Amino acid sequence: MSDALLSLENIRTDIAQYHILKGVSFSVPRGQVTMLLGRNGVGKTTSLRTIMGLWQAKEGTLTFDGADITGAPISARARAGIGFVPEDMGIFGDLSVEENMVLAATNGMPDPARLEWLFSAFPALRTFWKSQAGALSGGQKQMLSIARAMIEDRKLYLIDEPTKGLAPAIISTMVGALRTLKQQGATVLMVEQNFSVAKALGDQAVVMDDGVVVWTGAMAELAESSALQERLMGLSMEAH
Amino acid sequence: MTIAPEHNPVFARLGWRDRLGQSAPYLLVPVLIAAGFAAIGAPSSWLTLTVSGLAMGMMIFIMASGLTLVFGLMDVINFGHGAFISLGAYMGVSVLFWLSGWTEAASLALNVGAIGLAILAAMLFAGAVSWAFERTIVRPVYGSHLKQILITVGALIVLEQLIHVIWGAEEIFLLRPESLRGAVTFFGAALEKYRILAVVIGLGIFIAMRLVLRHTKIGLIVRAGVQNGEMVEALGYRLRLVFVGVFIAGSALAGLGGVMWALYEQVITAGMGENMMILIFIVVIIGGLGSVEGAFIGALLVGLLQNYVAFLEPKLALVSNIALMTAILMWRPQGMMPVVKAK
Repeated sequence: MSDALLSLENIRTDIAQYHILKGVSFSVPRGQVTMLLGRNGVGKTTSLRTIMGLWQAKEGTLTFDGADITGAPISARARAGIGFVPEDMGIFGDLSVEENMVLAATNGMPDPARLEWLFSAFPALRTFWKSQAGALSGGQKQMLSIARAMIEDRKLYLIDEPTKGLAPAIISTMVGALRTLKQQGATVLMVEQNFSVAKALGDQAVVMDDGVVVWTGAMAELAESSALQERLMGLSMEAH
Repeated sequence: MTIAPEHNPVFARLGWRDRLGQSAPYLLVPVLIAAGFAAIGAPSSWLTLTVSGLAMGMMIFIMASGLTLVFGLMDVINFGHGAFISLGAYMGVSVLFWLSGWTEAASLALNVGAIGLAILAAMLFAGAVSWAFERTIVRPVYGSHLKQILITVGALIVLEQLIHVIWGAEEIFLLRPESLRGAVTFFGAALEKYRILAVVIGLGIFIAMRLVLRHTKIGLIVRAGVQNGEMVEALGYRLRLVFVGVFIAGSALAGLGGVMWALYEQVITAGMGENMMILIFIVVIIGGLGSVEGAFIGALLVGLLQNYVAFLEPKLALVSNIALMTAILMWRPQGMMPVVKAK
């Protein structure tokens, strides 16, 4: 795809003796939100971690913004413009909320206007600005994790299950913030188990099963076809 | 944009038990000092022993602080750390001998200048050797504790033998600079001048380290890296470079500690660093891996307890620190203030 910001070609990743990704190929178009979907254990998180360099691909090619980053170190991928929100949130619990944010601003101190925008999206961050991040609730930690990735403009945001285990009120806050990010033209690759959230945010969908991509297309197409959902992900309408 | 509806979070107020639990490590030093006063009785003896214990603790802290960060940042167990103590001591003492005119002069400025230059030389030498040590010894064994232990113990032995080759196998005795010999009397207690200087230097280094770790970006990266190195890299920082910097700085501090210990004991041997490693590991473990504050409190506890027990019951002095470690690990199995919790 000519306007692809990120492309994976035949990516294979092993963890210990297990073959997790068995030849994953897909593209993430610029300025769109691509949802990475599939049942538990099919390789979605491993795909994100492989893109970020946290797991090394054994085979295949990763192209980001026109450059081959297959063997690049993690920090080089981040400096190239990839922001990462891991499944476990990756919060530095012994640092304050402020310190977590300052650390994420790799080009200097956080931009005040950007910070104000993040505070308006996640008011709890302002409330607990000086508090230890480890003492935050799960939802607040997730907000901090996402805000930290957004503290500077990134070319691509990799977000792994941002609504996992969160209360509905916090999910709506999260969705609101991600929708704003989307409206600003950000490119996002997101793993999400909550199909309603995926439907609300996604432009494209990539469905995985057993370490390979089994379907790619428009999110709207997947959202409209319960038969397709049932076939690809074992979802039924009752589930969402 | 949706603003968090009905989501108005507050922190629960901590109970007194929780607050006491959080600040308990900080209270241990004053509690031990008070217990020492109650056990010793004589205020002058107690004051002398307390200053001596604090001086010893400060020097152990200086030597241990780098090691705890190296543990925390890259999960590296470096038994070779003791070699940098010995190398620093030998280089520092060589400078002091070279500046004997300054050390024997009855001038505080010249004496302190000589010590300052000795410390500088020791830190530069230990830091330079540690840079090569990290590249050739540590880097190939990242991620393997067994290999780290084997190769760093081997390197420690090789470096000790190199000290024998360069400086000879005999012990080297030295005298403290003229102005730092003897003691001052304070409320009837004899306080050795050098021990007072050691307390001042140790405190200064602890405050400087805290300032760097708490108020600079590099300090922030180090503190974050100790907790979750992978995430620090995912933010765009080259953690390995940071680790090399911390390794060199920690080894330079070990060299500084070596000079100070040499002036404290007034004798140096190639094995002095190796001998110190037992106390240093105790301090790192009871302080909690990766915690500079924990190492500071742990070092003061070790120094004070050893001095008090040596006065009260000399036969127990050798086991006092092991007993301290056992007690603290029974209370807090991961040390007093662990930063690295699950590696």
